[in-house]
Amino acid sequence: MSSELEQLYQEVILDHSRRPHGRGLEGGTSARSHQINPTCGDEITLELHRDAATGTLVSARWEGHGCAISQASASLFSDVVPGLTVAELTERIDSFRIAMRSRGTIEPDERLVGDASALAGVSRYPARVKCAMLAWVAAEDALAQPF
Amino acid sequence: MTITRTTREPLTAADLTSIRKDFPILSREVNGHPLAYLDSGATSHKPRVVLDVERAFLETENSAVHRGAHTLAAEATELFEDARARVARFIGARDDEVVWTSNATTAANLLAYAIGNAMPGSPFTLGPGDEIVATELEHHANLIPWQQLAARTGATFRYIPIDDDGALRLELLPEIITERTRILAFAHVSNVLGTIAPVAELVAAAHRVGALVVLDACQSAPHLPLNVTALDVDFAFFSGHKMLGPTGIGVLWGRRALLAELPPFLTGGSMITTVTMEKAEFLPPPQRFEAGTQPVSQAIALAAAIDYLEHWGLDRIAAHEHALGAAMVAGLHTIDGVRVLGAGSGAPRAGLAAFVLEGVHAHDLGQFLDDRGIAVRVGHHCAQPLHRRLGTTASTRASSYLYTTPGEVARLVEGVAAATTFFGRNG
Repeated sequence: MSSELEQLYQEVILDHSRRPHGRGLEGGTSARSHQINPTCGDEITLELHRDAATGTLVSARWEGHGCAISQASASLFSDVVPGLTVAELTERIDSFRIAMRSRGTIEPDERLVGDASALAGVSRYPARVKCAMLAWVAAEDALAQPF
Repeated sequence: MTITRTTREPLTAADLTSIRKDFPILSREVNGHPLAYLDSGATSHKPRVVLDVERAFLETENSAVHRGAHTLAAEATELFEDARARVARFIGARDDEVVWTSNATTAANLLAYAIGNAMPGSPFTLGPGDEIVATELEHHANLIPWQQLAARTGATFRYIPIDDDGALRLELLPEIITERTRILAFAHVSNVLGTIAPVAELVAAAHRVGALVVLDACQSAPHLPLNVTALDVDFAFFSGHKMLGPTGIGVLWGRRALLAELPPFLTGGSMITTVTMEKAEFLPPPQRFEAGTQPVSQAIALAAAIDYLEHWGLDRIAAHEHALGAAMVAGLHTIDGVRVLGAGSGAPRAGLAAFVLEGVHAHDLGQFLDDRGIAVRVGHHCAQPLHRRLGTTASTRASSYLYTTPGEVARLVEGVAAATTFFGRNG
């Protein structure tokens, strides 16, 4: 097996894909987005919950199906969200996207995206970037709507 | 039609060696492994002779066809029309029944839009009360054009459902194909299941009620002997790029009498007789359906591809692929957690198999196989309703052609087995 493939499917990613965090929608007053990857039919519905008093994001919850990369990425994303302001989350989504689109030249910033930096290997596989971005794009879309 | 009743022997190992030398791309490596290309159902590779013919045309005769009085124009026109005649002979049709399109999807849409353009009183006119029937296993290219035609005309769209094995539920034909049915469209060979449609039974049901039969021959024209006259269908379409030809060329075939009654879809240059500032009169078929500059070099190269296929023999190619399809299914069935879509081992199938590996998404499996130089298709293969009916959103499809070896099928099976270990670790 190539080192690129080992890098793509790191143990932490396979673990998250098998036992994902943040799975299961809660409803209530959340911002929500549904995203589809039309090339493969993968889809996700994602909710962002925030503290009504402070405006701070409390959690991300999601439901969907797809490949190990998209499932792990949604799980890792849900670990990033709690405690962030909307501006901070936007910064982290932007940072993650730049790394994913870098064709292996830019590592995700672990201080910003935490364990999601393990998805670094995806950027060497341009066809898989959409898989890794699915949850993050859903969050971006949710943030664009009024809470 | 069946591919099990072949009268000639399949391709030999020596034939395969010879064939593979004709395809330059097959000698390349992918990720440090020899390429095992198992995605010919999506698009085929091209033998050197097809590339050479297209290049030679562009270097020596290239010119606009059906216009101009110069030598190059005359030579180009002759080659272009010879190519049409070559395609016609290949499918058992008349020369003037072959319409060039840019691909199969364009051919299906041309037909659907032309039917939709029929004026009141035309035999093609559709309206409320009329029904268009397809099947649940169709590729989107033979599904959406008919849904849309129904929506535009007020006709009703219906479909023949499939069972859990993906077989058409023929016992429902008497309820579905009725006096209201005007069009029945179906795939000759399923691009996902590899099953071969019971053409005679479907044609009989449609013709009994006076409905037109449209055959999606995308997965049959490249792989089986195809004779549209013997099959008694009314229209058929296929793509050049899936049968060793270039992209950008496709074929719509229709019975002469039907094409003659069919109004045009695209209008403009090269398809008219007399044009005034008020109106235009149109050429007879096939030119009526060929507005604008046509894919000339691609058509000529497609004729070369057909020569190449017929050199080896479609019956021998079909027998070769049938054996490969059977080996795929048998091999995949030895792996725990694999579900091959469609009929099980032993049932007739073309040289392809789509399957689901429990606990491993098709995209991850495809990536894993690519790392070993094995190219397969992953996703819904443009057949979402079929996948939904069979309880999955995506599958992995391996599809063969005349250049595919038993060794490549063995590598696929080994690769899938290795993937179950890799993705299952600590699982």
